[in-house]
Amino acid sequence: MITIVDYKAGNLTSVRRALDHQGIESQVSADADIIRRAERLIFPGVGHAGAAMKVLQERGLDSALKEAFQAGTPILGICIGCQIILTHSQEGDTNGLNLLPGVCLRFQLDDHTLKIPHMGWNAVDITQSHPILGHLRAGDEFYFVHSYYPLPNDPAHIYANCDYGGSFAAAIGLDNLFAVQFHTEKSGPVGLQVLQNFANWKI
Amino acid sequence: MLSKRIISCLDVRNGKLAKSVKFVDTRDIGDPVAQAQKYYRDGLDELVFYDITASSDQRGIMIDVVRRVAEQVFIPFSVGGGLRTVDDCALVLLAGAEKINVNSAAVKNPQLIADASYAFGAQAVVLSMDVLRVTPTIEIPSGYEIVINGGRSAMGLDAVQWAKRGEELGAGELVINSIDADGTKQGYELQLTRLIAEAVSIPVIASGGGGTPEHIFDVLTEGKADAALVASMLHYAEYSVAQIKAYLQGRGIKIRMA
Repeated sequence: MITIVDYKAGNLTSVRRALDHQGIESQVSADADIIRRAERLIFPGVGHAGAAMKVLQERGLDSALKEAFQAGTPILGICIGCQIILTHSQEGDTNGLNLLPGVCLRFQLDDHTLKIPHMGWNAVDITQSHPILGHLRAGDEFYFVHSYYPLPNDPAHIYANCDYGGSFAAAIGLDNLFAVQFHTEKSGPVGLQVLQNFANWKI
Repeated sequence: MLSKRIISCLDVRNGKLAKSVKFVDTRDIGDPVAQAQKYYRDGLDELVFYDITASSDQRGIMIDVVRRVAEQVFIPFSVGGGLRTVDDCALVLLAGAEKINVNSAAVKNPQLIADASYAFGAQAVVLSMDVLRVTPTIEIPSGYEIVINGGRSAMGLDAVQWAKRGEELGAGELVINSIDADGTKQGYELQLTRLIAEAVSIPVIASGGGGTPEHIFDVLTEGKADAALVASMLHYAEYSVAQIKAYLQGRGIKIRMA
């Protein structure tokens, strides 16, 4: 059973529907106790990092997520969920959950023909193998919508890169935590594969 | 680098798929959910659904279509037609769409763009515009005028100026639909598309007139579009998604190959 963390940040139903389609059992919860005891967690989200952290703190979900991470619960972050697991985000000068040391920065693009947000399909280049990136092929594309990107302090925590006026981390991980900047729930069959890989992930 | 997107638009009337030719004589050609699933499996990048249902009391049928599409189709899609308020938009997004698509209602009430952008983020707001070629005047310096009501009412609004205004108000993308080209299969309106793509810094989706893969190539290069809307070419199975994408890739366009 996968528990999808509900913190009023974006379309939880699309993650839920993608799991349903794969026949993976899931529930949506905003309850700190349920999140602490969850078997597996998906931490999704679109929107503003500052607003997201505020809701997590108000509901006591920040400490629940930290405890779950320390207890070894498999966690998958998606989009904003890939950003606020870091130490700090430039968006709204927000302190993150600090589960994975690093920062989240706004795109600074020299090429002014490139638009912000980075929105659309882009290839993900796997730099280190990981069970969650299993069964993917070189050049597989995923759907991105974001203006900020994650930058772990330690490059060893980067598992895949993407190119948009320069390389940025598209997938990062540490122990039982893995996070993707792309919307895996909207990335077609390869995106569903990532969700399936997470459901099967044995740490 | 980002791939150029191939998007199909499905016109839905009373829950059934329809394709309009010059916005008159629409005829039903099938089930939108089945069609969306087929395009998803074929490797299409995105979908747009326009609800062309005449009466607003039938709107629930469209919400049901959106919900059923979202259960089966795991690529982004937007929904437009008859969205007049932020609450209308919220219903469509909650049913599973990524983006809402506003057209006539935004011309009549531009604040709708700003309100929807504030409520859901710019990435969720697509401004569609129907454009007619006219003799340039002081009011319409570009020679392209915004029309509404399926092309029947001219608004005295310059298309390039409206595109810039839409971006300022918070639209995240623009769909530029040429009424002159729509349904002709003679190619997209390249000059119109390029004028707008050069005037704004948000993605531009070209619509109307695509009849061959070469037309799509032209609008993604000469027309400077980020994406192309493809309707009858796909709906009547004249070309497959794979054929179109292979052609574009062969000509050096970055495209997602499924």
